[in-house]
Amino acid sequence: MSEVTARGRPLPTLSRRSKAVPFLWTSAALLTMLVLSAAVGPVHIPPLVVLKVLLARVSALGVVSDWPASYGVILNDIRLPHTALIALAGMALGGSGAAYQGLFRNPLADPYIIGVASGAGLGAVLAMTAEWPTSALGMAAVPLAAFVSALVTVAIVYGVARVGRSTPVTTLLLAGVAVGIFASALTSLIMLLSTDQLRRAISWLLGGFSLGGWGPVWASLPYLAIGLGGLILLARPLNVLQFGDEEAMQLGLDVEKLKLVIVILASLVAATAVAFSGIIGFVGLIVPHLVRMRWGPDYRRLLPLATIGGGAVLLAADAVARTVLAPRDLPVGIITAVAGAPFFLWLLRRAKQEVFW
Amino acid sequence: MTLGYPGRTVLEDIEFSVRAGEVFAVVGPNGVGKSTLIRAASGILPPERGKIAIQGQDIVRMSPARRARRVAVVPQAIHLPPAVRAMEVVLMGRTPYLGWLEREDELDRQLAADAMRRTETYELAHRRVGELSGGEQQRLLVARAVAQSASVLLLDEPTAHLDLRHQDRTLKLVRELAHEQGLGVLIALHDLNLVARFSDRVALLSDGRIKSIGDPRQVLTPLELGAAYGVEIHVVEDPIHGTPLVLTG
Repeated sequence: MSEVTARGRPLPTLSRRSKAVPFLWTSAALLTMLVLSAAVGPVHIPPLVVLKVLLARVSALGVVSDWPASYGVILNDIRLPHTALIALAGMALGGSGAAYQGLFRNPLADPYIIGVASGAGLGAVLAMTAEWPTSALGMAAVPLAAFVSALVTVAIVYGVARVGRSTPVTTLLLAGVAVGIFASALTSLIMLLSTDQLRRAISWLLGGFSLGGWGPVWASLPYLAIGLGGLILLARPLNVLQFGDEEAMQLGLDVEKLKLVIVILASLVAATAVAFSGIIGFVGLIVPHLVRMRWGPDYRRLLPLATIGGGAVLLAADAVARTVLAPRDLPVGIITAVAGAPFFLWLLRRAKQEVFW
Repeated sequence: MTLGYPGRTVLEDIEFSVRAGEVFAVVGPNGVGKSTLIRAASGILPPERGKIAIQGQDIVRMSPARRARRVAVVPQAIHLPPAVRAMEVVLMGRTPYLGWLEREDELDRQLAADAMRRTETYELAHRRVGELSGGEQQRLLVARAVAQSASVLLLDEPTAHLDLRHQDRTLKLVRELAHEQGLGVLIALHDLNLVARFSDRVALLSDGRIKSIGDPRQVLTPLELGAAYGVEIHVVEDPIHGTPLVLTG
């Protein structure tokens, strides 16, 4: 220990470059997967054409349309909206998963941990069996019901979990599990009592409910922007929370207020993802861990990286889901679980010597 | 004031004050309520009856940020998130000065660096907490509290994991903070000989009450300590420091 040389030196910082590298990697992965996702399907479209069509859409650079008109129609009306929605869902799951893992200081937390999925499932099944009008407030009835019911479920969980003036994370976790099981049981009961709706409901739950078109993309964008943007901005207080509620309070953090705000933002994000893309397991659980293993647990990096990475991973899974048994589309949730679980286990075994939490 | 948890009173009708510029030690057998007292003084455990105040202001009513600008805590239990870097732990001490959306600026980084140098943790800045020894982690927590620039410092057994050199260094730093920078220090310590050397006043807790309070020479006596700890105690003069030296048997 050289005390003399240390004197007067400021605190060392990471260089700008080493801060930027993870963002370059994940962003490159997301962009690549955006293009590939739009390229694959019943009609194969060269990735270069996809890139040109994308450029033509987002800029007024005057990209010359030298591609067949049918490609343009397929891409603009079918593939790109689907790709965008999947990317947004993946980003939502990655970001809210990271936020919930931070809030609960628990590696098992995922975006559905306090009842978003089971609440959304119940709402969706209710809307399907009740045959509510297909459109309300610009949203189709099923996603609207799923969205509202997910948020109501989280509110119930949060209310139940309060002990006096505080909401201990353990209570919140357990209340989430209990309310979730209750809602899932109701969902199963309703599905059993109305067999004709069973297939549609199951397919929605597995992430296969597709509305098509740009509507869902624009409808979900504001919620995701507010939710994910807010979570990323709150990364430093979330870091402080990693020391435990009591220490965070002694460090001057209004812990109860912070927890409430994070639950609201993360649930808004997760509920939006569920409402438009169904329940997709595993992405929200593993992507934050992948980022954590590679780039450490600082939420100022972890949250944005898990958001970007979640988009890339879900796009990859979706591309596989649409091609592996073509012309049949598989629900993307099956792919994320079937491919994601072994991959994650492999990573876990490799990383078990290192501290990554 | 009376302190405790729902259904279990730990300390009853205790009253004392810590002055700016002094090291006030709390001693007593295991489970007597030293940690409870520290938690209460930090504002996270509201008293069942009575009041805890800093310069006349009730700390329970302060906002957490306002409170943390006045009171810094070195907690006893070490359960730091293992993958966090040492310097990030110390920078957390600046939390009460930052809004939710703010980042640390140059001054914050400078204060954290100073605190790390004073606790001999500067060289650990980039290490992950999980790689550090218990003693190194403990010194990080002291550094974090120093970086908090509070006027009151609460320490719960800060020397538990420290070797002799760092026990000495840490307590000298604590004394320096009190005597030279005018902090009020409340410290829970097991080692009565360290208490004798480094504290200005002592409170001996036993059976949920303060048994005696005052100068270490008045409190650290065979009679008082023997009754509180239930062992035979001898007190002699430390030949090096001239302070009371407590021996058992």
